[in-house]
Amino acid sequence: MSRPRVIPGFGLSLGTTVVFLALATLLPLGALVLKSAGLTWAEFWGYISDSRALAAYRVTLLAAGAATFLNLVLGVLTAWILVRYEFPGRRLLDAAIDLPFALPTAVAGIALATLTVPAGPVGALFAGFGIKIAYAFPGIVLAMTFTSLPFVVRTVQPVLADLEPALEEAAASLGAGPFTTFRRVILPELRPAIIAGGTLALVRSLGEFGAVVFIAGNLPFQTEIAALLIYIRMDEFDYVGAAALATAILAFALTLLVAMNLWQGRLYRRLHG
Amino acid sequence: MSIIARNITKTFGAYTALNDVSLDVPEGKLVALLGPSGSGKTTLLRIIAGLEFSDPGSGRIDFHGTDVTDIPAGKRGVGFVFQHYALFRHMTVAQNIAFGLTVQPRRERQSAEQIQARVKELLKLIQLDDLGARYPTQLSGGQRQRVALARALAVQPKVLLLDEPFGALDARVRKDLRRWLRQFQREIGITTVFVTHDQEEALELADQVVVMNNAKIEQVGTPQEVYDQPASPFVIEFLGNVNRFAALGHPLPGAGPDVIYVRPHDVDIQRHYEGEHGVRVRVQHVFSAGNYGRVALVRLDNGDTIDAELSRVRLKELGLAAGDEAHVVFRHIRLFPAGAFVERDVAADDATPAVVDAGRDI
Repeated sequence: MSRPRVIPGFGLSLGTTVVFLALATLLPLGALVLKSAGLTWAEFWGYISDSRALAAYRVTLLAAGAATFLNLVLGVLTAWILVRYEFPGRRLLDAAIDLPFALPTAVAGIALATLTVPAGPVGALFAGFGIKIAYAFPGIVLAMTFTSLPFVVRTVQPVLADLEPALEEAAASLGAGPFTTFRRVILPELRPAIIAGGTLALVRSLGEFGAVVFIAGNLPFQTEIAALLIYIRMDEFDYVGAAALATAILAFALTLLVAMNLWQGRLYRRLHG
Repeated sequence: MSIIARNITKTFGAYTALNDVSLDVPEGKLVALLGPSGSGKTTLLRIIAGLEFSDPGSGRIDFHGTDVTDIPAGKRGVGFVFQHYALFRHMTVAQNIAFGLTVQPRRERQSAEQIQARVKELLKLIQLDDLGARYPTQLSGGQRQRVALARALAVQPKVLLLDEPFGALDARVRKDLRRWLRQFQREIGITTVFVTHDQEEALELADQVVVMNNAKIEQVGTPQEVYDQPASPFVIEFLGNVNRFAALGHPLPGAGPDVIYVRPHDVDIQRHYEGEHGVRVRVQHVFSAGNYGRVALVRLDNGDTIDAELSRVRLKELGLAAGDEAHVVFRHIRLFPAGAFVERDVAADDATPAVVDAGRDI
């Protein structure tokens, strides 16, 4: 334990980290759980399983799932293009990937809604085929996709950049075609990064509020997301109900994060020993 | 399967990696492409493999009389072993070895049982029978190298190509693996080309050494030939230690001074020398740990340094110490005038040493 360290004072740095973590995350989360702890199990269950809440979970999960799937496909594709090709405007595109993080999500929601209402420039196109985007389920997916776009790109990009070209050449020299090489050699190497990025995107989408409420239409049982339902409960001064819902969602997100981390860690260890 | 490469030129932008190179590899031989980094040896190997293609309109590659110039690596029937192995880390050793067999088109593919049997056979061949279920990260460098070799051999290639196969291994493992590869190649008789920058490795392992420099082939020959009859100053300097002196006089008007080369083991040291061709030297340093005794000498007439290598018995006989004066006689010298190459055995046999003073002596 007497090995010299770059950053001195293990005790001090650990203390700082723990205090920071506690203030920033554990304290509010703890308060949240505490608030709903006043409830009996039956009451708690009643709050989190009423039909409107169930509908909201369903919409949220489906939309977040769809958005994450889109982000996995688009994210890997975008990372691939950014890493493997040299084209004019590449650096600009690279910088633009982070835009969804820089933009206030409400602004993003309003902008997307303006574009995709039936009278909007993009919405009109789809309206011709009878597809409604804004104020409908696709709008929720779109908003979630937009706000969580950078995660997959940014986790996959460095791994792809570090991938040994010899791996693909080895596969090719053994007779594998481009598709087989991608599926059996490249994709497995990217898998831990894809899982990590996908998990972040999913969790982010589950919790997304600002962008979604401006485009969703927010009809109970149809296009109402869980985060909005919590907000509505608060608006009704039903703090306990809001806390119960929030606790349920928090538990779900936490379980998801831990499970994905374990899975990703296992794959990563296999690759890196 | 013989390999013939004709007039291969390869440029990367403004950089020329290969300049009109031709090479014949006879069937069943083990051939080393030897040269410093940037000499084009790896590029030549990759072009033979079909991982890289020569410049459009230049060159042709034949495998056993069949033109394969435009055929990509996967269809050429080559086994390629990469410098850093390029094993698939998410697959077990057995899955790695089986890869080439499992990606074949469905109707040509062997059954799962056949593939499994073949993998088992290869695991035995590389002496890793029990490690089929391991992942590459759980293996040592030498084991990984052997897995890479088995993976390349699984598809029964007609030609085996290895890029710096021992470069990333430590000295001891390298030596073992080298011997193992030599024996293994003899047994299965597969035409093999490997790239190396280590002259000792090339000389020890190969049937034929191809010395490359500056995008060109300098010389092709058996290890004996390239060592004993180097075709150019580059070859003699690249293959082992050598003393280099500027010759006196200018046999060719207008040319620079000729250069004389003497291998350290062709330098004989004598305490007392009565002949006319000795050079007077002072002993600078004596180094006698190892297989040979090595002596660093300085010429008294012009201050050139000379390295000599002699048996430890001889060294003991002489009883040299730093600061002593002695005579040196060269048994064999090579002189490269500007352009042509002249060689001369100075002594008919080692017992009657003769000559040296450069320049005059050709």
